[in-house]
Amino acid sequence: MLNKTINFMRWRKPFYAIALLFSLFSIGSLAVKQLNFGLEFTGGALVELNYSEPVELESIRQTLHGAGWGDAIVQNFGSTSDVIIRLASEDPELGNQIARLIQREDAEQDVTIKRVEFIGPQVGEELRDQGGLGMLLALAGIMLYVALRFQLKFAVAGLVALLHDAIFTLGLLSFFGVPFDLTVLAALLAAVGYSLNDTIVVFDRIRENLRLMRTSDLTHVINVSTTQTLARTLATSVSTILVLMSLLMVGGESLQGFAITLIIGVVIGTYSSIYVANGLLINLKLTREDLIPKQLEEVDDRP
Amino acid sequence: MLNRYPLWKYLLIVAVLALGLVYATPNLYPDDPAIQISGISSTQTIQQSDLARIERALNDAGIATKGVELSANASSGLVRLTELGDQLPAQDIVRRVLGNEFVVAQNLAATTPDWLLNIGAGPMKLGLDLAGGVHFLLEVDMEKAIEARINVYDSELRTLFRNERIRYRSLPKQGNVLQFGFTESADLSAAQRQLASKYNEFQVTSTRRDNMDVLRLTLTDAKMTEIREYSVRQNLTTVRNRVNELGVAEPLVQRQGANRIVVELPGVQDTAEAKRILGKTANLEFRLAAEPNAPRATIETFEFRDGMNRPAADVERSIILTGDQVTDAQSNFDENGQPQVNIRLDGHGGELMTRATRNNVGRGMAVLFIEQREVPSTVMQEVDGVMQEVSAPTFVEEKTIISLATIQSTLGNQFRITGLGSPAEASELALLLRAGGLAAPMYFAEERTIGPSLGAENIANGVAATQLGFILAMLFMVVVYRGFGFLASIALSFNLVLLLALMSLLGATLTLPGIAGIVLTLGMAIDANVLIFARVREELAAGSSAQRAIHEGFDKAFSAILDSNLTTLLVGVILFAMGSGPIKGFAVTLSLGIVTSLFSAILVTRALINLFLGGRTSRTLSKLWL
Repeated sequence: MLNKTINFMRWRKPFYAIALLFSLFSIGSLAVKQLNFGLEFTGGALVELNYSEPVELESIRQTLHGAGWGDAIVQNFGSTSDVIIRLASEDPELGNQIARLIQREDAEQDVTIKRVEFIGPQVGEELRDQGGLGMLLALAGIMLYVALRFQLKFAVAGLVALLHDAIFTLGLLSFFGVPFDLTVLAALLAAVGYSLNDTIVVFDRIRENLRLMRTSDLTHVINVSTTQTLARTLATSVSTILVLMSLLMVGGESLQGFAITLIIGVVIGTYSSIYVANGLLINLKLTREDLIPKQLEEVDDRP
Repeated sequence: MLNRYPLWKYLLIVAVLALGLVYATPNLYPDDPAIQISGISSTQTIQQSDLARIERALNDAGIATKGVELSANASSGLVRLTELGDQLPAQDIVRRVLGNEFVVAQNLAATTPDWLLNIGAGPMKLGLDLAGGVHFLLEVDMEKAIEARINVYDSELRTLFRNERIRYRSLPKQGNVLQFGFTESADLSAAQRQLASKYNEFQVTSTRRDNMDVLRLTLTDAKMTEIREYSVRQNLTTVRNRVNELGVAEPLVQRQGANRIVVELPGVQDTAEAKRILGKTANLEFRLAAEPNAPRATIETFEFRDGMNRPAADVERSIILTGDQVTDAQSNFDENGQPQVNIRLDGHGGELMTRATRNNVGRGMAVLFIEQREVPSTVMQEVDGVMQEVSAPTFVEEKTIISLATIQSTLGNQFRITGLGSPAEASELALLLRAGGLAAPMYFAEERTIGPSLGAENIANGVAATQLGFILAMLFMVVVYRGFGFLASIALSFNLVLLLALMSLLGATLTLPGIAGIVLTLGMAIDANVLIFARVREELAAGSSAQRAIHEGFDKAFSAILDSNLTTLLVGVILFAMGSGPIKGFAVTLSLGIVTSLFSAILVTRALINLFLGGRTSRTLSKLWL
């Protein structure tokens, strides 16, 4: 099975088109639907309640409406007896006020307050800036590392692939309205790290094969390298998705966004490291000389 | 060729594994729910008899206890309970038994055996999302800090000018700029001389206006920075003291950024109480009582604090010193058994106090308590091009007198207030004096409360996800890579033990995203083994002998493993550097997980393979192995 080289690069152009399409779709979704920023980024109040039995969200909405908090978002959180209430506000006491109101109104119902959070608007804004900055820093650091360990062309190709991954993952998160909180941001960065992992393993093989194989046909070298690493790429992706699935299934509501983001990221990262990153190496006209430092020719000037 | 490790490598791996097991063990001992008791002041001790009394009372109320402990210097005691649900009723009972001279708090007590504690082993700390508790982010109002300091300078300068017989005209402050007018040029130059010699923190400019010379005093940028820095540090100390008054076990009080303070109180559920004590954006002012014939412009009238039942009193406008110069205040009894409050000031405060009281023995001195109360209000603001009403809470200052006493002698940096009505009044005054040490008001920028049930649920979910993830990863490896996969799975469990040990040893905090990080590392740790095994298969397919293939597989996969792990580590470090709270937890487990997985996937797997297969001389490898 290892002797047969799959001609991955034959479908390079159609995959470029798909990647471009996905990116445009993502940018569109980000522009129109935007990210469903969580409390940490928007600021406001949040109350999580646990009822002893399933509860009508509408009645909670009515209660809140009656108290003048009509624009509160009331949602189930994990199960029908868990409820989360979110409200934009700049009043630190609001969460506790809502909690007290609910407990008073639903006195006959057994309700426990699981958590109350308040985040000031300025903190949210700063976190958003910091998150974006962290993302850029991570990308810059990675690019620098790849440029030093490999070569600039690898770094550029890897970076474009990573940008594509990040944008596409963000686009899907925005399209499906997954709440974007700090944990999801961490997952996004981890997904970028994962995708880079994949890319680097193939790059490493390309570098090795460029030195070993006596051919200057880059497309062929990339095809061989991708084929050789395919078993590994798939094995790692499957094992990572398996553990993420366990996180998604039994890890609880708070980690769902994290698990979903990483699963999306891993899937995207797998195909982008094959098509976007490797394909770009061809477009950037990588040559053997890029990797093997030119020997200084000894000038023999004896007569 | 044969694949053999020298003996020392095996010994090293066994030693690391043994150490890992020992240091991961404390996590197997669950914490006991407990009640912690400490004295309100640091000098108070707890007697063994108190603890015995508490235990009896608890047992009478049907609450089972596991034991009582006294700390080494008898400053705090611990009552271990068997049921988490008993904590709240137990706390009430203990409070009733001990009275209000003690701080009674809920706590979780570690049950790590002594022999483990003796070698520095202990369980991982749990983050708030797992332990339950409250998290506050307080923001220090820097503008108020500078304003308050300028007011003190204002009083100081007026006193200085008066003492030096420099005639000046009071002019209103312009923002943070102090202004003094002089009609005589001799006074002007005398004032300039005084300022130049004693107050180099001011930039002084002089202008001529309304037939007089006006000196405008602006604080230098360096001094402003110093005040800001000082305010945050002073507030940090005060918050720490206040948190200690709450008696929470293992609280976290930390500075974050230029002007914020993080407070995390694990186990605390009563946020109202915590906020009341932390959020007191209070300050103090010491002022002289007004003399009977003083002009109205130089005095102010204030009410006494609620419950003191004394008529409002007149005090001078000028401030002797403010509460941030109070370093300590304790209530106790004087030689005649009367309640008193002992106050200690910092060096500068002591000087100011001496200067102010030297010539004023026999006059009254008032202590004003200043609280910032939030008043909800709105302002019109343009948001995205539309005029909107935006809520902008304003703060009103409320000043009340908490003490008005006669100065008996010149006071230094230690003095006492006597003539207090009752011991309770004395301890209340001491508490207010201590609490008033804020250099600037603070506001709550962030607040989270995580209930204990949610914490327990998060732990249960996290453990379940880790177990399931581990089993799935193991199954996958055995199915795909057979015998080698099985050996890699053993290395993977080794990896988990090492990761837990390392986290416990470093005192890292485990959070829910941290657990997610552990699960993720399980998936990614396999990657190194997958890389190696895929490479070994390639070598075998290319016709290498079994031993050669194993050797080459490990060798050739190494650079890819190193590069890919280092870049992921880079992401982990960046997350750690920029992240807060939960993200940091994720970054820690991710980064440490990479380090331990490199060790286990490369060294341990190799050692296991060498042990089982390294000595075989057959050229081929059974399909059962790979």
